Amino acid sequence: MIRYAKPTTVEEALALLGEGAWRILAGGTDFYPAQGARPFRDNVLDINALAPLRGVAETDDHFVIGARTTWTDIIRHPLPPAFDALKQAAREVGSPQIQNVASVAGNLCNASPAADGVPGLLVLNAEVELRSAAATRHLPLSEFILGNRRTALAPGEMVTAICIPKPAASGTSAFVKLGARRYLVISIAMVAARLTIEDGTVTHATVAVGSCSAVARRLAAVEAGLVGLPADRGLGDAVQSAPMAELSPIADVRGSAEYRLDAVREIVARAVLMAADPTNEHMVAVA
Amino acid sequence: MSNTQPDMSRVPADDALLGRGRPELGRADIAFAVNGAAVSVNVPPLRRLSSVLRDELRLTGTKVGCDAGDCGACTVLVDGAPVCACLMPAASVSGAAVTTVEGLANGRLSALQASFLAHGAAQCGICTPALLVAATALLEKAPTPTEIEVQDALGGILCRCTGYRKIIAAVMEAGRYELAMSGAAPHPPAGTFSPLNGEKGEAIGLDRRMPLSGNAVGSSPVRLDGIPKVTGDEKFGGDSFPADALAVLVIRSPHYHARFAFGHLDRWVKAHPGIAGVFTAADIPGKNCFGVIGPFADQPALAEGFARLRGEAVALVAGEREAMLDLDLSDFPIRWSELPHFLHPAEAKAEGAALIHESRPANLLTKGFVERGDPEAALADAAITVTGAIETSYVEHAYIEPEAGHAYLDGDTLVIVACTQAPYMDRDDTAKVLGLAVDKVRIVPTATGGGFGSKLDVSLQPLIGLVALKTGRPAALAYTRNESMMSTTKRHPAEMKATIGASADGLVTGMVFAGDFNTGAYASWGPTVANRVPVHASGPYATPNYRAEGRAIHTHGPISGAFRGFGVPQATIMQETLYDELAGKLGKDRLDFRLKNCLRNGSETVTGQRLDSGVGIAECLEALRPHWARATADADAFNHIHADTKRGAGVASCWYGCGNTSLPNPSTIRVGIAADGVVVLHQGAVDIGQGSNTVITQICADALGLPLETFRLRSADTAISPDAGKTSASRQTFVTGKAAEKAGRALRDKILRFANVSERASLRLDGPAIVIHEGEATRHIDLAALDTDADGFVFRAEETYDPPTLPLDAKGQGKPYAVYGYGAQIAELEVDLKLGTVKLLKITAAHDVGKAINPLLVEGQIEGGIAQGIGMALMEEYIPGRTENLHDYLIPTIGDVPDIKTILVEVPDPEGPFGAKGLGEHVLIPTAPAILNAIRHATGVLVTKVPATPSRILAAIRDKEARA
Repeated sequence: MIRYAKPTTVEEALALLGEGAWRILAGGTDFYPAQGARPFRDNVLDINALAPLRGVAETDDHFVIGARTTWTDIIRHPLPPAFDALKQAAREVGSPQIQNVASVAGNLCNASPAADGVPGLLVLNAEVELRSAAATRHLPLSEFILGNRRTALAPGEMVTAICIPKPAASGTSAFVKLGARRYLVISIAMVAARLTIEDGTVTHATVAVGSCSAVARRLAAVEAGLVGLPADRGLGDAVQSAPMAELSPIADVRGSAEYRLDAVREIVARAVLMAADPTNEHMVAVA
Repeated sequence: MSNTQPDMSRVPADDALLGRGRPELGRADIAFAVNGAAVSVNVPPLRRLSSVLRDELRLTGTKVGCDAGDCGACTVLVDGAPVCACLMPAASVSGAAVTTVEGLANGRLSALQASFLAHGAAQCGICTPALLVAATALLEKAPTPTEIEVQDALGGILCRCTGYRKIIAAVMEAGRYELAMSGAAPHPPAGTFSPLNGEKGEAIGLDRRMPLSGNAVGSSPVRLDGIPKVTGDEKFGGDSFPADALAVLVIRSPHYHARFAFGHLDRWVKAHPGIAGVFTAADIPGKNCFGVIGPFADQPALAEGFARLRGEAVALVAGEREAMLDLDLSDFPIRWSELPHFLHPAEAKAEGAALIHESRPANLLTKGFVERGDPEAALADAAITVTGAIETSYVEHAYIEPEAGHAYLDGDTLVIVACTQAPYMDRDDTAKVLGLAVDKVRIVPTATGGGFGSKLDVSLQPLIGLVALKTGRPAALAYTRNESMMSTTKRHPAEMKATIGASADGLVTGMVFAGDFNTGAYASWGPTVANRVPVHASGPYATPNYRAEGRAIHTHGPISGAFRGFGVPQATIMQETLYDELAGKLGKDRLDFRLKNCLRNGSETVTGQRLDSGVGIAECLEALRPHWARATADADAFNHIHADTKRGAGVASCWYGCGNTSLPNPSTIRVGIAADGVVVLHQGAVDIGQGSNTVITQICADALGLPLETFRLRSADTAISPDAGKTSASRQTFVTGKAAEKAGRALRDKILRFANVSERASLRLDGPAIVIHEGEATRHIDLAALDTDADGFVFRAEETYDPPTLPLDAKGQGKPYAVYGYGAQIAELEVDLKLGTVKLLKITAAHDVGKAINPLLVEGQIEGGIAQGIGMALMEEYIPGRTENLHDYLIPTIGDVPDIKTILVEVPDPEGPFGAKGLGEHVLIPTAPAILNAIRHATGVLVTKVPATPSRILAAIRDKEARA
């Protein structure tokens, strides 16, 4: 028999997950398009009644985003400026109708190379909390998404939270999306950047790019090249000359590989400049 | 999957416990509130909310356009927040409050609904419920929203008709209707007849701007069919399925070209409870061959033995709705053997290429040809010549309503209730395929949620008709977005080359044009495209020496058919981009160069047709002159101080012949006065959103001399109304309008003769009486005292109009159209030189419509056509197998259409009703070339393949840099 369950406690959900293979239903915004017009043939675990998993909490060490937290929740929740990139990305996830129900964790579990939510979490050094009936483990986001539509989720496990270490929640950040139209568009490329600036000098930088590799990637050489520089327009020049070896874009209906490599350098520069000076809004004029 | 799989619809309800006990997947009782009323449904918990609302609660105002969150048509509010109902499980609304479009009016229209009607923000109306619902949520938070706030709130809802500008205005100004829509009905301003009552008699409390008698033409009453579009009452193709209808699924080819054979169909049916039957080509009782142009008809309703394109229908499965929802087709007994295929005309034309249709050598469907003067000599003698090549892509119509309808038997008559642009053509093709006499098929058009050319061809009509005939049961089918995109027609991809020459003083002397148009696997409207292109490829410019050839070439690609402009938008990109190059080489202003060469009264066209009067292109270009001066100056000023972004202005023109090309094209209109004093108009010109219900009535009202509000419309149902032809070729306002004018005048003459008064008399209806004034004299005709005919008419008239055209000879010389319309547009934009992205700033559109019968509807057509032109120019590229959905295939959103300034030019046409010309297709034609010309102005590069995506624009910029 195929099964449908809508548990009300996490423990109940984990117990069910231990009983066999389930497809997890949260916001439904990837679930239903993947289903199309075909009949259901999988066991479905509906986590929409797991109230404890909804919302953003703060512990001594972390900001904790519950797995069922929606993108609208992220937009509305007061958070430090380091989260601005994530909030800007949240506004680009599909449409308001999507943001109102789609979960942050679902965006990660769906593991699309074009997931708008991933770069903003990568620059926050996000960790994914995975729980099963037997154990709880934490993986860095970069080790959770393994490839196009592949994650490190083990049988019996579900994502219960996304944790942002407090030290990573510092500085200012920005997100830039490149698409072929204004709304409701799959990114050709997108970038999140977070900078910590002390006395006019960049002391820490994190930069992540999506849609230009199978999994969104941090750009190590770009980050290293920014540290120690004055926080002015010269940051853009540093980006222009930095290696981006992590990127391996493909050609698809949205753009050629050459285009992505060319354009992404520009939007990395713009994201970095915006993170350095959030009033640089005119630089966002993309798509 | 085998039939041993559980059927969740048959698990006893006891097992369907939500969150407790045994979590078996079955049905569950789910209680929630809809529009304030408590409801409970018993459905599988994963059933989409959109299906629950539409199929269980019969709230069909919530539309389904894609089932994937890509179009937003199913937007409803759940606890006040907009969501896509197609992505929400029924289980998630347990205990929640759902608001649908049906809940927005509270006895009378909401301010927002009134504002939508007043602004003309609803055309076809398929996206309107979602927009209203989402905007209602916005207005709760922000009663006077900014443009950006409106765009952000509505960015997830696609509209294909309006171009969004009137939607934005309607939402921003909704507050202005707040007072009028609450409390007492407003006092109607002088000269109006509001408040009128809606269809159901409810007070709508809206000023419908009804014109005084005799003043209908040229006024902008609220569209006569508007109210159901904002209340959710409008019934589109999928909105009135009978509860006992069999659901139908179509088995389609997954391959571009393949042989197939069925296994044991009967055995498969027996193994699947609830399945009524499988139907294949072998079941088709008539001629399994349809097509919009008789001599070229070549398409089977169900393929026989092999499929010529991906998505071709090969079999039908019919069954009870719940069983069909749980049907897994992976064990359907069909064996495919893939065959070699080609998707590009170059391969199709190649020596030795396999023939897609045996009777068509070299895979050439047909070609059109026009030749005048001596083009070679003219080009050889020209002071300047320019040569170029342009390639365009498949463009999908992307109406938000996928094809939908149902069929049933009424005695021995097969009734088909479906969305369409051409009821009589549907009737004839369906009858032919099903072996029925045409009078045994009745087509009842529903509201049509966008068409743009594709709903001219039959799609599901013969399929659901076959199931109804074979089973004796009603049969219903709504295409999925995927099958709509795979199986229905597209705009032809074109590969064009042209050379144009001019004299040193800037007169165009000659042009040679050749274009291959990828017509796909079947003929559809390919012959029309092949013939229209050579007639129009000169643009509205005097071109004394000319040769143009348009070839329609078969491939295994999607069927290319009719799409707003029939190939002319593609050809115009070729011609208008070369005109910019010519002007540049001549050192002339681009607008002046066009003015110098444009057609004038007395000019001859490339087909040798002398245009004695009504040529309005010069007036359009002149109207643009001040805007052109400002636009080019603005761009120069901006570019002076910006390095990484550059602005540009581009201009392009159009002309377009209204109606069929050199072929009969009649429309018939019947109008009469019933004994109760109502004017009944059989308005057979299908309104797919463009406004024919309103425009045709306005024309008839003034011809008759009675006010608009005395009219009641009868629909384009083939059992009720005479044939007013297809809604295509920008012909309805002109051709059917002319028939309506004639019918209105004929009816008026009958009444005047009956009353024995002169034509100077005026008419008025006073209840069941006609009151006639002439000078001091007044006469009353008591309608109730007179005999009525079988249709209930006391007075009636029926008139037909067929535009006078002449055939084209071997060199394409003749009079292909009786009326042409003209236009020109300026595009202003900004290009990001680092990213290749384009930000449109403004479109200024001047269109000569002869006479704007309804200026607000004209604006709506212009804005909507421009939006489609923007899509064609910048983002729309249908790639078979890769973009068969609305997230990989992009059409403009509410954030992609800039401010549009419309300039109505009225150079009356002597043939058209009240001087009117057609408009619907013209408006799309100049947009894409104007945008490409503006991109070149901004960047110095011409993108030669559309759409001009960021990828292509940046590649062109980098290429230029490399050559510099």
